[in-house]
Amino acid sequence: MGGSTVGDMTEQGVRWTADQVLALAPDAASRKAGGRLGTAGPWSEAGSGKESVWGLCKGSGSRPYQTVVDLIGPAYKCSCPSRKFPCKHALGLLLLWAGDDGSVPARTEPPDWAEQWLAGRRERAEDKRPGSGGGAADPEAARRRAERRAERVTAGASELEQRLADLLRGGLAAAEQAGYGLWEETAARMVDAQAPGLAARVRELGAIPASGAGWPARLLEECALVHLLDQGWLRRDRLPEPLAATVRSRLGLPAPADGPPERDRWLVLAQYDTADAKLTTRRAWLYGTASHRIRLLLSYGAGGRAPELSLPVGLALDAELSAYPGGGQFRAALGERFAAPAPAGSRPPGVTTGEAVARYGTALREDPWLESVPAVLERVVPVPDGEQWQLADAEADSALPLTRAARSRPGLWRLLALSGGAPVTVFGECGHRGFTPLTAWPEGGGEAVPLC
Amino acid sequence: MNGSAPSPDAVGDWEDLVTTALLGTDRRPPARLAPGRPAPVALLDAAAEATVRRRAGLRPAPAGRRPERAPEDPRPALPTAAAGRLAALLAERSGGTGGGRRGSSPDLMELLPQWLAAANGHGYAAPAQALPALLDAARGRTDLRPAALAFAGPRALWLARFNPDWRFALRSAPGGDAALPDPGDAQAIRRLWEEGLFAERVALLGALRARSPEFARELLAGTWPTERAEDRLMFLDSLRAGLSAADEPFLEKALGDRSRNVRATAAELLSALPGSALAARMAVRATACVALDRSGDGPVIVVEAPHECDSGMERDGVVATPPVGRGERSWWLGQLVEAAPLGTWPGRLGGRDPREIVALPVTDGWQGELHAAWCRAAVRQRDARWSRALLGAPSAPEAGGPGAVSLAERAKLLATLDPAERAEWVAGFIATHGLSEAFQLLGVCAVPWSAPLGRAVVDALNIARDAGSYPWSFSGVMGLAERCLDPAEVARLQSLLAIPDEHEDAAPGAGGYWAEAFQRLVTTLRLRAAMAEELSPTGAAGVG
Repeated sequence: MGGSTVGDMTEQGVRWTADQVLALAPDAASRKAGGRLGTAGPWSEAGSGKESVWGLCKGSGSRPYQTVVDLIGPAYKCSCPSRKFPCKHALGLLLLWAGDDGSVPARTEPPDWAEQWLAGRRERAEDKRPGSGGGAADPEAARRRAERRAERVTAGASELEQRLADLLRGGLAAAEQAGYGLWEETAARMVDAQAPGLAARVRELGAIPASGAGWPARLLEECALVHLLDQGWLRRDRLPEPLAATVRSRLGLPAPADGPPERDRWLVLAQYDTADAKLTTRRAWLYGTASHRIRLLLSYGAGGRAPELSLPVGLALDAELSAYPGGGQFRAALGERFAAPAPAGSRPPGVTTGEAVARYGTALREDPWLESVPAVLERVVPVPDGEQWQLADAEADSALPLTRAARSRPGLWRLLALSGGAPVTVFGECGHRGFTPLTAWPEGGGEAVPLC
Repeated sequence: MNGSAPSPDAVGDWEDLVTTALLGTDRRPPARLAPGRPAPVALLDAAAEATVRRRAGLRPAPAGRRPERAPEDPRPALPTAAAGRLAALLAERSGGTGGGRRGSSPDLMELLPQWLAAANGHGYAAPAQALPALLDAARGRTDLRPAALAFAGPRALWLARFNPDWRFALRSAPGGDAALPDPGDAQAIRRLWEEGLFAERVALLGALRARSPEFARELLAGTWPTERAEDRLMFLDSLRAGLSAADEPFLEKALGDRSRNVRATAAELLSALPGSALAARMAVRATACVALDRSGDGPVIVVEAPHECDSGMERDGVVATPPVGRGERSWWLGQLVEAAPLGTWPGRLGGRDPREIVALPVTDGWQGELHAAWCRAAVRQRDARWSRALLGAPSAPEAGGPGAVSLAERAKLLATLDPAERAEWVAGFIATHGLSEAFQLLGVCAVPWSAPLGRAVVDALNIARDAGSYPWSFSGVMGLAERCLDPAEVARLQSLLAIPDEHEDAAPGAGGYWAEAFQRLVTTLRLRAAMAEELSPTGAAGVG
């Protein structure tokens, strides 16, 4: 099916809300700059149609910038020199369009400069889809490569086992004195062994001794789980296949998302970024309104750039997702999208706090390394109590504590304000450290409010 | 998630594992050793099992004390588009790095006060999720507080109890209306007045004074002798609103108060009542000092300042000791004239009206002192005729008023005129004197500016541009224009958006900056029009 057909289907497509547009901004500065450009003043020849929006924005130079947004994506193109995606012009244009005050008329034909880019994009998307030509490589060579990598990972895992044994022979107290350097060096060894999953875990071990009271127990827990992962790898031939796949995925070995495509109306439950020095990771949690599955999409942005995939909370997209291999894994890859995201107008059904932790417990059977599972809590009341915050069932005497990370976020206050002491629906991550609220819906109807 | 604890055995085992791990298996071999596994590996095996078992067995914890429900906010919800706008205005605030040139885009933060006033005017409820940002905004800017807290409503006060950063909201509960007893319930009012905290009592008195000035005064009089001096001062000050001749006996009694500040405030309030006995006493004293001398070429005013400040004057609020650098006699004269009813002067000065009186020459350099005192009197007595006379014609060459009248005093005098006249005067002033002195005067004009005033400002900006200076010399007025100009003026501004040809005596590049500044003005006006439209209940239906 060609892109234009799809476009015609939802041509009158609902405009997004300003909140949803602002959620696309890569940082606060862009949000601010975009907000200023979201007025008719600097714009001319703006229009929308065929799932896209375009316009000319007057800047400081003599030539106005040409800005165009492909709403399926969304993807952005602008003739300005900014390296941010989306740039402030794209944000301003989308805000103007969202405002729907007549300055961005619908159902118009894109001008040539916009049409060319849109057509090119959609052709490429066409090409990518059916059984792309990637399989041309020599399968024998690929197998040999995989074998060599497995040998290196085995060597790495064995070395790590040795180091853990040495550590426990000498005692964790001694390790505290050795400091961070010991772990950094071990992590580097794991990178060399092509086991990035192990490297990341080892690096986290290094931070635990400085994490406050109770650190020895936490360090022992995490060391034990690294040990479990090493052992899982070293004895993978004796594991059932889904668990073996989970071990490979936890070690960071690449595997294609080869699950069968699941087409659904995927409701965007939450989207948030975490960043370290090199990489910004964006997580988007999706809920299939027909399949009731929850899936996780990851996208990355290197060197301070925002990841290109952006899915504002509260929209739903008609698309296919394919799961990555491994038992108890939520991660999926985004396949074909059939229409631009549109406001969802519905909320996911939820469970009680007891059911949510029970699900986490059950999920550990398939993946004992799981930190948390996604969960929608229904009819819970935020209970602020000094440092200890909880989400308590409205009808039962049971509650989940909030994680330490969640307690320091401004979203916490939005959650409390939204509730006003009344039960709300909350989506978040439920794990052994507690619950991290990500999105909330007020009692008695109302739109999703992002908390992260 | 401490939850229902695993069996004591498991806990003990886990503690044991942690101790062993901490000390090292060399020093403290594990209690249970698996055959064929080295001690540290066996420890890790056991720890892994225990960890996964603990995590898999987690249960919810008992719930803490749930907060009571926030009070209902009966106001209607904001229209969707307006809620989006509010989010954008508040996001701008937290983005917060002002600095640098502003370019052609509007300054959203400056529009927040206007937006709040409009939303409060419509009586909308704030969206719950916006309350934290609203409270933060109000915390950072005290001038925003009353409007922001009024808009934020009862749920914000509920919320503020949980966050020490927002304590201010509890202290400055807006108008306190929600907490006030029913106006008909005299008993409840009396109880609150007698038992309430100071802030509650001030709020009660203020609210009561607005509804029933008599009752408020009686309430105050009932406990007056037992109040502390600084409290008496605050309470007395709240009588300023709704002041009438009926308050005179109470105020007259307060003239004998132990506290000097209370006496001074009582005297000030009495002098604002032209029919009061104090005003009459002041009139006698003031007219004794100022007389008309017809002996020369034309009539002139002669001034004979008082030689002493007697106890009667002091009782009527005259401060005996002048500030450093001022002569005693002129200091006393100023206070007498300021407190004397302005209506006294035509009779004293040959039946002249205020305009003629102001035009009379004054001997021996007393003009400045006398006119300044009249200005203060006109402001205090809210006398528009005298204000008009003292302001003079806006186009007068001496910058619109007797030399003694400063810009600040002129602004105060203007405030006694009705809004249309005020705007007209300022428009006339700008047409003659340009914008460089106009900032303070524009600040007292009603928003949005009337058509003549708006045009005068735009014309003056246009002239300033043609004169070739840079727009940032007028950034103060530009900022005001963005906030106060009627959005309907947009059409008249279109011609100013083009970059004009640069003439030789113009500052380099000024034309481009002016075009940019006007672009920002136009954009801001459009934004304000859109804001107003989004908030109007009819406009919202279209956007929905």
